[in-house]
Amino acid sequence: MVAPAPTHFTPSRAPLAVVLKGLDKSFGEGDSRTHVLKHTQFDARLGELLMLVGPSGCGKTTLLSILAGTLVADGGEINVLGYRLHEMKSGPITKFRSNHIGFIFQQFNLIPTLTVAENVSVPLLIQGVSVTKAEKKARELLAVVGIPEKADDRPVKLSGGQQQRVAIARALVHEPPLLVCDEPTSALDSENGQHVMEILRTIARQETRTVIVVTHDPRIYKFADRMAEMEDGRILRVLQSPAEIAAAHINF
Amino acid sequence: MYRLALKMLFGDHAKYLMLISGITFSTLLMAQGASLFCGIMSWTFATLRNSRAAIWVADPKVEQVNDTKPLRDTDVNRVRSVRNVAWAAPLFSSTIQARLLDGSFKLIQLVGIDATTFAGAPAKMLRGRLEDLRLPNTVIIDDLGVERLSEGRSRPIDVGDVFEINDREARIVGICRAYRSFFGGPYVYTTYDRAVQYAPTQRKMLSFILAAPQPGRDPHAVAHEIERETGLRAFTESEFIWSTMWWYVKNTGIPFNVGTLVLLGFIVGTVISGQTFYAFVHENTRNLGALKAMGASTWKLCSMLILQSLAVGFIGYGVGIGAVALLGNFLLGLGKVPFLLLWQIPVIVGVAVFFICAISAVLGILRIARLEPAIVFRG
Repeated sequence: MVAPAPTHFTPSRAPLAVVLKGLDKSFGEGDSRTHVLKHTQFDARLGELLMLVGPSGCGKTTLLSILAGTLVADGGEINVLGYRLHEMKSGPITKFRSNHIGFIFQQFNLIPTLTVAENVSVPLLIQGVSVTKAEKKARELLAVVGIPEKADDRPVKLSGGQQQRVAIARALVHEPPLLVCDEPTSALDSENGQHVMEILRTIARQETRTVIVVTHDPRIYKFADRMAEMEDGRILRVLQSPAEIAAAHINF
Repeated sequence: MYRLALKMLFGDHAKYLMLISGITFSTLLMAQGASLFCGIMSWTFATLRNSRAAIWVADPKVEQVNDTKPLRDTDVNRVRSVRNVAWAAPLFSSTIQARLLDGSFKLIQLVGIDATTFAGAPAKMLRGRLEDLRLPNTVIIDDLGVERLSEGRSRPIDVGDVFEINDREARIVGICRAYRSFFGGPYVYTTYDRAVQYAPTQRKMLSFILAAPQPGRDPHAVAHEIERETGLRAFTESEFIWSTMWWYVKNTGIPFNVGTLVLLGFIVGTVISGQTFYAFVHENTRNLGALKAMGASTWKLCSMLILQSLAVGFIGYGVGIGAVALLGNFLLGLGKVPFLLLWQIPVIVGVAVFFICAISAVLGILRIARLEPAIVFRG
């Protein structure tokens, strides 16, 4: 199981892991062109769990995709972990993703024909690590997320909560400093959602990683160290502490 | 990653079986069609294979071995007199009807060979002696003849039994092995002089003159010499085989029909495996997108797809060729269907299967190349 999180943590003093400045992104052509991000500013610190919230269509997922290097912005600066992504070509960005980013998806995106351990080992295999080493590390991570006994099962045999734990293990197996999570609890019941968020918060604090979570789910707001509220392609405000978040009574 | 690629393929049992079935069926159709074509073609020049001779001399208008225009008997001596010809012998070849014991008739391929040299005689005797053909009213039949000419008898026809050819007695003195004729009738061998008695009388009866060059002489050059000095047409054995096959290719619908079968096999294979592969990639779009997001390069994903495609092609091809070999073995056992699986057929079909796999992989690659890794963040 995951070790208990340290009680003292002050993210505001930690260095910046993600800095986005003047970010623009639009989709479509001509009259159907939609500006999704409008000169957006955003930052996230090492060692914090930052939630990105806002109504549907406000640009949260687009922002997450751009800072994770899976989508190219039309303009602006994207500094992630010291890399200036807006100046990098596609090949180095792919390499950057494989070494520095862990992904947790809404629909888990586990490959159904592979075992759980094989699914977890995928990021290491992408990096060129041998199958034996990758699977050994994968089993260690499955123990960390509390499901070591499921290593040889297929994902289809697992509950939603267990599948998301597998996805977390996969996101962590190559020890990335930045985790991006897209609606990690939306496909889970309340209890499993709480478990998953506990794991993510512990990871963020214990490993001095940055965890950025896009969510709609008010049940998990309490796990955030900071919260950025988006509306109409811009960051509306940033709530700087759990107390501010609790007081804001945000709901979408 | 390549191990995972294969596990992704083999793990999706329905798609995997569909892909293998498509390639197997395609291989089966192409190889079986081509073998059938080669088998039919080999039947067209069976007389050439049965009566081996280095040089075949025929009327100048003759293009193939089953369509003869008789020569004069004196032409044999004209060929013998050509420089560098070691020997020349007459050969009669024609389809004719044999009357069986029960009064029914069967088509036979009557071959009359030179009684002195036995030039053009069957290569392998199963029973009896070739020399017994010198006895009166004697013939040698092939193993197909045993089957065909036994109708109406209580036991299979054998050495010592008698049937009629053109109201004349034909006593069997031997049974030989012979390649199957294009018209399906069994080969019946006798001497040239007796063959012209069995056959309905015509002004000229000599079908071919078999000849051989002097030792060390090039058959092509000697055939050329025969043509120049006699005005007849002289083929080397391989020239006559190709000339016969081309005649059937140009003048019959066989290549078109079999070619359609082969083309159908190619199209079916391409459509089934291409469509299934595309569906396989389509259904795995989110997983492939996730792999791309996690840092797998487009080239890596494409090479995984190529590996999957080649794996399917290799297995499907192996099963298909194996099935063709079994089918061929079964058909040859029946002895009634033309089937010749030359080594070139698996090679050519293998190349075609490779193209099918390449087309299938390209369809998937086009999709992967356009795939944005950000797709995994869309709901």
